[in-house]
Amino acid sequence: MSKSVFFRLDWLLLLVYLALVTFGIVNVYSATFSETSEGLFDLTQAVGKQFFFLIFSLFIGIIILSVNSKFFEQFASLGYFISLLLLLGLFVFGNTVSGATSWYNIGGISFQPSELAKVATALMIASLLSKFQSDIQTPRTLFKIGAYVLFPFFLIVLQPDPGSALVFGAFFFPLFREGLNYSYLIIFLSVLSLFFITLSFPFGVVVGIIILLIFLLYFIFKKLNPKIKIWPFLFFLMISIGFSFSVDYIFDNVFQQRHRDRINIVLGKEVDIQGVGYNINQSKIAIGSGGLKGKGFLEGTQTKGDFVPEQHTDYIFSTIGEEWGFRGGFFLIFLFCLLILRIILQAEKQINKFRRIYSYGIAGLIFIHFFINIGMSLGMVPTIGIPLPFVSYGGSSILAFSIMIFIHLNFDANRLNDW
Amino acid sequence: MIRRFFLPAVTLLTAVVFIGRLISLQLLNSSYKLLSDGNAVIENSIYPERGYIYDRNQKLLVSNQPVYDLMAIPENIAVFDTLEFSKILGASKAELKEKIKLARTFSVKLPSIIVGKISRERNAVIQEKIWKYPGFFLQKNSVRNYPISLASNLLGYVSEVTKNDMKKDNYYHLGELIGRQGIEEYYEHFLRGKKGKKFYQKDRFNRIIGSYEDGKYDVPMEGAQNLYLTIDRELQQYGEELFQNKRGGIVAIEPKTGEVLSLVSAPSYDPSILIGRKRSENYRKLALDTLAKPLFDRSLQAQYAPGSPFKSLNALIALQEGVIDKETSFSCQKGHFYARGMFMGCHCRPGTNNNLRSAIYRSCNTYFANVYRRIVDRAGENIEDGMNIWNEHLKSFGLGNYLGYDLPVGKKGFVPDADYYNHWYKKGGWKSATVVSNAIGQGELLTTPIQMANFTAAIANRGYFIQPHFLKAISTDSLKKVYEKKETSIDSIHFETVIDGMYQVVERGTARIAQIKGIEVCGKTGTVENFMKIEGVKTQMTDHSIFIAFAPKDDPKIAIAVYVENGYWGARWAAPIASLMIEKHLTGNVKRKWLEDRMLNGSLIAEYEKPYSGKPFVINE
Repeated sequence: MSKSVFFRLDWLLLLVYLALVTFGIVNVYSATFSETSEGLFDLTQAVGKQFFFLIFSLFIGIIILSVNSKFFEQFASLGYFISLLLLLGLFVFGNTVSGATSWYNIGGISFQPSELAKVATALMIASLLSKFQSDIQTPRTLFKIGAYVLFPFFLIVLQPDPGSALVFGAFFFPLFREGLNYSYLIIFLSVLSLFFITLSFPFGVVVGIIILLIFLLYFIFKKLNPKIKIWPFLFFLMISIGFSFSVDYIFDNVFQQRHRDRINIVLGKEVDIQGVGYNINQSKIAIGSGGLKGKGFLEGTQTKGDFVPEQHTDYIFSTIGEEWGFRGGFFLIFLFCLLILRIILQAEKQINKFRRIYSYGIAGLIFIHFFINIGMSLGMVPTIGIPLPFVSYGGSSILAFSIMIFIHLNFDANRLNDW
Repeated sequence: MIRRFFLPAVTLLTAVVFIGRLISLQLLNSSYKLLSDGNAVIENSIYPERGYIYDRNQKLLVSNQPVYDLMAIPENIAVFDTLEFSKILGASKAELKEKIKLARTFSVKLPSIIVGKISRERNAVIQEKIWKYPGFFLQKNSVRNYPISLASNLLGYVSEVTKNDMKKDNYYHLGELIGRQGIEEYYEHFLRGKKGKKFYQKDRFNRIIGSYEDGKYDVPMEGAQNLYLTIDRELQQYGEELFQNKRGGIVAIEPKTGEVLSLVSAPSYDPSILIGRKRSENYRKLALDTLAKPLFDRSLQAQYAPGSPFKSLNALIALQEGVIDKETSFSCQKGHFYARGMFMGCHCRPGTNNNLRSAIYRSCNTYFANVYRRIVDRAGENIEDGMNIWNEHLKSFGLGNYLGYDLPVGKKGFVPDADYYNHWYKKGGWKSATVVSNAIGQGELLTTPIQMANFTAAIANRGYFIQPHFLKAISTDSLKKVYEKKETSIDSIHFETVIDGMYQVVERGTARIAQIKGIEVCGKTGTVENFMKIEGVKTQMTDHSIFIAFAPKDDPKIAIAVYVENGYWGARWAAPIASLMIEKHLTGNVKRKWLEDRMLNGSLIAEYEKPYSGKPFVINE
């Protein structure tokens, strides 16, 4: 172990992180700007709170960097347990905001445990998989992992905050990386595409499409391998049709109207821009009107006029698109790519399995947030209320993602030590 | 390998798709900019305060007072409680709905006035509650304010534009104001100025949250002009007072400039009843008064026979054509036979021998009948030629056509020519005797009071007039209109005899009542026969009392024409009124209180009611 962790830090990654949080603060400031704003140090203002959480996050970050990497491996189970307790505690002590009991309110500062559950689950999954006896190919291990992901998932669904729960799907990425059977990828992708096909077309057409696709696949495989049997395809066909039917059923009977609306808008089935399509439409207008250069800091008319709801949180990208234009949007997407790819690159270099799976897990988490949040602002993904990491307003979010990054930075800095 | 590169590939693919989407939204599609502007920018018109109107001595005639208009942008109106809102507004629910519908058909994006002219008190109430009604807002506006009730027809009024106005001139939007009639209409462009535009940034509740891009796109309004009229407020007011309970008009002109000093049309109305919420109701009342016709500007629009004052013009034409000289005389036997069995009466004593001067001050019909017949018979090669020469001379005095003054209404009057008589009597079917009524200003001739005043000014000027006009100056001094002298076809040397005759009219003739101590007044009375149809029967009514005059004789400062409908003979009403006006104008105050009182208190209402009484009545009593 050499002198100090700070000499082994990946300063580039830290810089990307700092660029993102700074850009975030700037845009939260703009999105919540009013003539009476006092600035960064006014704790009654959104941007003041955000700034406070950022400073707090950096403070925690420094502590994390100075902790021995092994601590996190040992701490994983406890951390996971605590985060589950916090999620459970919501049902008793939770604070309900716009229908979801997702917050603790401590002295005027809200805290959202589902954010922390993300990093805790990432540590837990990594810990599980890196265990000596774990084999991702065995159903036993898979079941165990599934259970550990589904615990927080269901607790969050029950809040109800299905959006935040959905991001736990991100753990597919580290699992797949660690050798999850290809069939799961096929199932994962099939489920996703079937879901959208089913919702886009009438049931009869969907059945037709499925039959056509599966026979096409069968004949392609038959060409490649004449010995292949037809029955697995028929089985797959039945499953697909059954799934499609149940999607229809779930969509019509289980989903609430607002969920249906959100999906329908992305599918282009409903274009009620005054009603349910309002958010997405306004967000697109904000981004589209930014042009190449944007309208300038604090100059966004959509932003100032509060046309886009939740603009400082979930729709922060519309502020960026409007005020910083294509250049700002491009820059942000570039930063995220750099961040995710660098984490993956560093994860791949890890010799320690726990640390590799952890880092890969948080790359997946960041990616899912990035994908859903920006996709939603651009009107390409249904409205799912999750923040843009590091950028959106939200103390718990910035704290949780900062912890994720600093743990990763710790692991990366100590890659060659104490494993 | 696939496992390792799956997430990086998905990440990169996502980034590429997002950037592609950004390119299509931000760089390739320009419609979002417009959408965002439509979202966030509200365009308000700002109006310059309508110009004030002053008289020639900078005394205020018309100013403004503040009121508030409730505006709405239809596309922003949300569902609201119409009943409650209409209560707050003090308008009926149906009216409110109708107005919103109308606004919608005009434009869904542009603001329209829903309820106009809200008083200051009600404005305070609405101001408090308007946040409940998105799409509506209050706009300060102003309406006309009249310090004194004066010259309503001359000034005109202001009212909301109609669909037609908007079609004619797309400057106007629903609910805006436009000048109507008189000065307000004619000088609309000066008075209204040019509205500007102000762009505001609004939020999603349509609340204005500041100016848009620091007012970069604002269009400043262009200032309205104050107008300074040629009218003399004191004189105008005096004229209107003198005309109370009478019908008719006064036109007083400053001969050297053509400036109209006063333009009285009676009966009139109080202009302040045509502002505010009761405007249309009051307007309807005025418009439906077909008997008194208060909206009819008699001094500009009423065409009367010119009567005896017209003899002065015939005298001038005869002198110019050389068919008489000033000593030419004719004898009068209380009138004369101008054709077999056709007698024209006269007030002269039997055996009176008149020369031109005495013929004027005695207003001898016989004399002028002879003069006129000489003009028609001898001025040209034949009778038609003579008739047309006469016609041309009259036209040079501004008769028979519009004078071109700066008010939107007027009448041409009528001066017959040879074609006219050829049409009625066939070619060669008429002689000078046939048309002899023209000699004394009866017959086919028609003139408006302002035409009368104008030719009086031409006589006062000894041969020219300047187009009568009403605007003296505007507030920016940019008015550089020069009115040229319009020479009449009569040489100036011929005027002195006629003017001397007109002086004698006042000194010793028919209008001695018009004498003013220390001022040489020249005038000519007239008593004009007139008819109206009562239940389809042409019935003669009491004569119109008319008088033209100018003073002082040698340096005329005022030329005036007065018509008093059914006032009987000229010296009875018209001459005293004209004389009082002259005295008022030249000396500033009227010493002849007894005459003033008689005029102020005199009423012709009984005369005007005669034809509607349903009973037989006597005229000229």
